[in-house]
Amino acid sequence: MAFEIKSPGLATTVQDQGRKGHYNVGIPQSGSMDQYSAELGNALVGNSAAEAVLECTYLGPVLVTDQDAVIAITGAPVEVKVNGEPAAQWARLRLNAGDELSFGVIRGGTRYYIAVQGGIDVPKVLGSRSTYSLGALGGFKGRKLEAGDRIPVGTPLNGGALPGVDTVPDEFRPVFAKEQTVRIVLGLYDHRLTEEGLDNLLTGEWKVTPVADRMGLRYSGPGVKWKEREQPFGAGSDPSNIVDAGYAVGSIQIPGGTQPIILHRDAVSGGGYAMVATVISADMDLVARAAPATTTRFMAISQGEALLARKELAQRTNDAWAVLGATR
Amino acid sequence: MATIVSPLPGIFYRKPGPGKEPFANEGDTIEVGQTLGIVEIMKQFTEIQSDVAGVLESFAVSDGDMVNPGDAIIVIREGQS
Repeated sequence: MAFEIKSPGLATTVQDQGRKGHYNVGIPQSGSMDQYSAELGNALVGNSAAEAVLECTYLGPVLVTDQDAVIAITGAPVEVKVNGEPAAQWARLRLNAGDELSFGVIRGGTRYYIAVQGGIDVPKVLGSRSTYSLGALGGFKGRKLEAGDRIPVGTPLNGGALPGVDTVPDEFRPVFAKEQTVRIVLGLYDHRLTEEGLDNLLTGEWKVTPVADRMGLRYSGPGVKWKEREQPFGAGSDPSNIVDAGYAVGSIQIPGGTQPIILHRDAVSGGGYAMVATVISADMDLVARAAPATTTRFMAISQGEALLARKELAQRTNDAWAVLGATR
Repeated sequence: MATIVSPLPGIFYRKPGPGKEPFANEGDTIEVGQTLGIVEIMKQFTEIQSDVAGVLESFAVSDGDMVNPGDAIIVIREGQS
């Protein structure tokens, strides 16, 4: 079984839970930018959480299924169309062989997901089906989809059994707002900012610029100031430069002190910019939902609070699977 | 009147490149499928095409402006000129 891509959309890629364990040799984890939304798509169609989905960015694809299929569209709000007729989001849909899936204009957020029973069945590379386009690794031929591609769909799990509930209740759907508060843990290099610079970061209003993709999101705002220092050997001349170091997933750097960049799932693993803070893992999905012009505030929390937030998100995800009667 | 909206966020450009002529101007006769501008996002340029035939009445945004999905970009007076 396969999906035939009539029109690929802006940047549609195969993604799963990510390719973990290779960041130390420069291979980012990749994976669905909004893991929660992608997972609940899998839950609706009777997949495990690990199955691969199609991630659509702003402009979705037009595709035709060559066999009957069970699918679900989750993530950013968008009009879903089957053979041109409106269909529900966050709900299980049945496609007949030859049916065409397409999308209207996205109404908020950035990415939506197409989950299909059996999962997108591309070969695993280093343990994951996720596409890392920049490295031409994984996914469908290491790249975003193109017109004419035939995307293989796998065999349903558990003999095709589906969970009892076919719609994600409202309280378990994420909010795609024009304003966000993103929780961060300060460090490793926040001490390089002046007091005023740190204050700007934590109390200022920042806006997502159109320069935002799977590698990172750039924000405009009040800017920050770095302490002057004599740059150490090996560091660049700007005070935002350090001697090259590894970057944590979710690191925030502020080249030149003007526009903070949050490094996301396809980011490079190291470089010479000081990381002033790291977005907590529980808020990485939230950041992934931010469309250009989203107003953002950064709130510093402790590492203990960050771990608690991670626990709460895991619990919420478990609860959502349980509400659907699905097995994670 | 028909309104052409942007299907995605980004920067709207009326020209295919710096120093080039605009895709279309006010008063031009527009055909279905004609490219009227481009929107840049994630280092990609997406053509904005007309889904109606008529005369280009006005631009709702300027060259280089940021647009959001669903924003009106161009107004077209439908029918023959």
